[in-house]
Amino acid sequence: MSTSLLLLIIALIGFIAFLAGRARSFTRSAGKLASLHSLPGYHGSYVAIWAMLPALLLLAVWLIVAPIYIDYTVRSSLPEPVQNQGAATVQLALGQVKSVAAGFGRLNADEIAAIENGSTNMREALAAKGVALAGEGEPYMIQSAQQFNAMRQYSRWLMSAIVLLVSVAGGLFAIRNIDVRFRARNRVERVMLGSLIVASSIAILTTVGIVASMLSEAGRFFTMVPPFEFFFGTVWDPRFAGAGSGGASGQFGLLPLLAGTLYIAFVAMLFAVPIGLFAAIYMAEYASPRLRSTAKPLLEVLAGIPTIVYGFFALVTVGPFLRDISAQLNGLVTGNYQNFIQAQSVITAGIVMGIMLIPFVSSLSDDIITQVPRALRDGSLGLGATRSETVKKVILPAALPGIVGALLLTASRAVGETMIVVLAAGVAARMQLNPLEPMTTVTVKIVNQLTGDLEFTSPQTLVAFALGITLFVITLGLNIYALYIVRKYREQYE
Amino acid sequence: MNIMSEAAVEKALDQKMNTVPYKMIGNDVSVYYGEKRALFDVNLNIRENTVTALIGPSGCGKSTFLRTLNRMNDTIENCRVTGKITLDEDDIYDPSIDVVELRARVGMVFQKPNPFPKSIYDNVSYGPRIHGLARTKAELDEVVETSLQKAGLWNEVKDRLQEPGTGLSGGQQQRLCIARAVAVSPEVILMDEPCSALDPIATAKVEELIHELRANFTIVIVTHSMQQAARVSQRTAMFHLGNLVEENDTDKMFTNPDDQRTQDYIMGRFG
Repeated sequence: MSTSLLLLIIALIGFIAFLAGRARSFTRSAGKLASLHSLPGYHGSYVAIWAMLPALLLLAVWLIVAPIYIDYTVRSSLPEPVQNQGAATVQLALGQVKSVAAGFGRLNADEIAAIENGSTNMREALAAKGVALAGEGEPYMIQSAQQFNAMRQYSRWLMSAIVLLVSVAGGLFAIRNIDVRFRARNRVERVMLGSLIVASSIAILTTVGIVASMLSEAGRFFTMVPPFEFFFGTVWDPRFAGAGSGGASGQFGLLPLLAGTLYIAFVAMLFAVPIGLFAAIYMAEYASPRLRSTAKPLLEVLAGIPTIVYGFFALVTVGPFLRDISAQLNGLVTGNYQNFIQAQSVITAGIVMGIMLIPFVSSLSDDIITQVPRALRDGSLGLGATRSETVKKVILPAALPGIVGALLLTASRAVGETMIVVLAAGVAARMQLNPLEPMTTVTVKIVNQLTGDLEFTSPQTLVAFALGITLFVITLGLNIYALYIVRKYREQYE
Repeated sequence: MNIMSEAAVEKALDQKMNTVPYKMIGNDVSVYYGEKRALFDVNLNIRENTVTALIGPSGCGKSTFLRTLNRMNDTIENCRVTGKITLDEDDIYDPSIDVVELRARVGMVFQKPNPFPKSIYDNVSYGPRIHGLARTKAELDEVVETSLQKAGLWNEVKDRLQEPGTGLSGGQQQRLCIARAVAVSPEVILMDEPCSALDPIATAKVEELIHELRANFTIVIVTHSMQQAARVSQRTAMFHLGNLVEENDTDKMFTNPDDQRTQDYIMGRFG
C-alpha cells in the first residue's frame, strides 16, 4: 500500500470518526443540546483527532526509521571483504545494491532467475529497463538486493497494517469517552495549543540549526586558516581549490571585503537617508490624507521590486550613465575624453542601493513620526510655531531615537544586500577610498566562492561560511541595537 | 438659529461689566466639519482682562468655539469657519493675517499637559526663541524665570531647569505649559479644560494661577465643572447643541440665569 493511499484512508477514517463522534454526542444528550458541555462539533473533532493524530505520528516515525534500519541490516549482511574496505566503499556497494533492487522491481521472475544463474548479464538486463548500474554488479549484490526488496515489502505491509490499526483503535477509544459532561472542547483546544507551539518551535529551531551549521563549517575553515589571518588579513586572494590538494594556498583577508561592504552601505545610506527622511516628513506632516493614501503605497511599491531588478538597472542604466557623463565632463574640462567613473563602482552600487532603501527609510520613519502624539504638535502650533519649526524643533527630536533605530535596521539591510552589489560593485577586492573605483563586498565574495562545481572540503569554499557568519553577526548586532532603541522610544509615550 | 438678539445681549450685560472693553468679538461664527455643522451663528464677545468660562454639555461646541479664536481649527482636516472674529479690530480670518503671528498673540493651553520632551528651560524658552523675543542668553533666562514665576512654578523647579519637563507631576506639567504659553507674552490665553487631567490639589493651584493671570491677560477657559466656572470666571457663556444659549456675568449666571436651559444644566437636569 503506497503512503499516499494510506494517508487517504486515514483521512477517511478521520472523517468517519468525526461524524461518529458528533452523532454519539447527539444521542448522549438525548435531544437537549444545552446539556452538553461541548458542542457536538467539538466531540466530533476530538474523536477525529484521536483517529488521525497518533496514526500520522506513527506513520511519520516509521517512514524515517524503517529505511535506516533496513540500510543497517543490509549493510551488515554484505560480505566480509567488502566490509573491511572502509566506510566509503561500503556506502558505494550499498548504493549499487539499491540500484539493483530498484531494477529487480521492474523485472519478472524469469528474468531474475536468469540473472541469478548467470545466463544473463545483470548490467545489460537492468539497463534495458532503464536502470543504470555504475559497475559490473558482483554476485553478492543479487542476494543483498533481494533481501533489501523483501525487507522493504515486509516493512511497508507491516506499516500499513499497524498504522490503520492504530487509527481505528484511536477512534474507538475516543468515541467511548464521549459523554454529556465530557470536556471535548478543552481537549481540542489543547491540541490546537500544541500545534501552535510546534509551529513556532520549528521556526526557532531552524534558525538555531542554520546558525549551528554555519558555526561548525566556519570552525572547519578556521582549522585550515588561522582566525587572525582571516579577520585581520588585508589581502583577499583565495586562488582556486586544487582537486584533492586541500591545503590553504590562498590568502583570506576579510578586511578588504568588509571595507567595501561598509563603504557601499555608507554611500547608499548617504543617498537614501535624506531623501527617505524628507519624503517621510512630507507624507506625515504636510501631505493631505488623499495624497498620502495614494502616494505612500506608491512609494512602498519600490520596496517590492526584487533586488535583482535593481541590480540590472544599475548594470545597464546607472553604471553606463555615470561612466559616460564622467567622460563628457572630463572632456569638457581637460579635453581628454577618458571616463573617471568606472561603470562598476562604489558610487553606482551605492546610488542604486540607496534607491532601493528609500522606501524602507521613509516608511519606517513615517510610522515613527506619526506616532508622535498630536498633543505635541498642537502645543507647538499653539505657541505660534510654523509647521517646519514644529517639525524641526519638536517632532524630529521626539522621534529621533525611533528614527535612528529605523536607520540602523535599514543599514543592516544595506550590509546584507547581495544582488545589487554582485552586478554593480565589481569583484576587485581592494582597500581604497575612491568611490569612483570598483570595490567588492562580503556578499559578492560569498556568491563567487559558492558558484560552480564545489567540494566542501577546501578553504576556498568553506570561507563562505566564515564570511556568512561574520555578516550574520554584524546584521544581528545592528538589528538588536535598533530594536532596543525603538523599544526604548516606544515606552516614552505609553 | 440665533438665541439672543443683539438687544437681548446688551440688556443681559451686567452693570459692572459694562465698562470693560471687548478684546475679541465673535460675529455669526459658524463651524463646519465637512458636512456636519458644529456651531450655529455664535455671537460671543470676550472682554479684556477678564476670565470668560465656556460651559455646556459634551459636544456642545464650546471647545470648537475656543479653537476658532486662534485658528487651531486650521490644523483639522475639512474644517471650515464662517462669520467674523476680530482681535483688537483685526479680522483674524482675513487672508492678510499671519496665523503664526495670531497664535503668538492668542496662546493656548490644552486639556492634557503636553510638555515637549525637552528640559524645563527649553520648554519655556521654546516660544521666545522662535519669535525672537530675547536677544541674549541673559534676556532669555529672565523671560524663563518671569514666566515660571507667573505660572507659580519657579520655586519648585528653579534648581532643576535642565531636567526634562516630562518628569514633572501632572499639575506641575500643566503649569509648565501655562508658563510656556505666558513666555510668548500673548494678549489672550485660551484654556481647553486645563484641569480635567489633574487631581483636586493641582486643580486648586491652577485655578489660583488663572486668577492671578487675569491681571495681565485675557483668558477664555472651557470647563466641565460648574464649580470651577463659578470660582475662576467673571463672565460665563453657556453652549448647547452648537448654539450659544446665554452669556452673562458669572454671578448672575449661577444664581439667576435668563434661560431655562442654563438653569437646567446648572442644576444638573441634563448634560
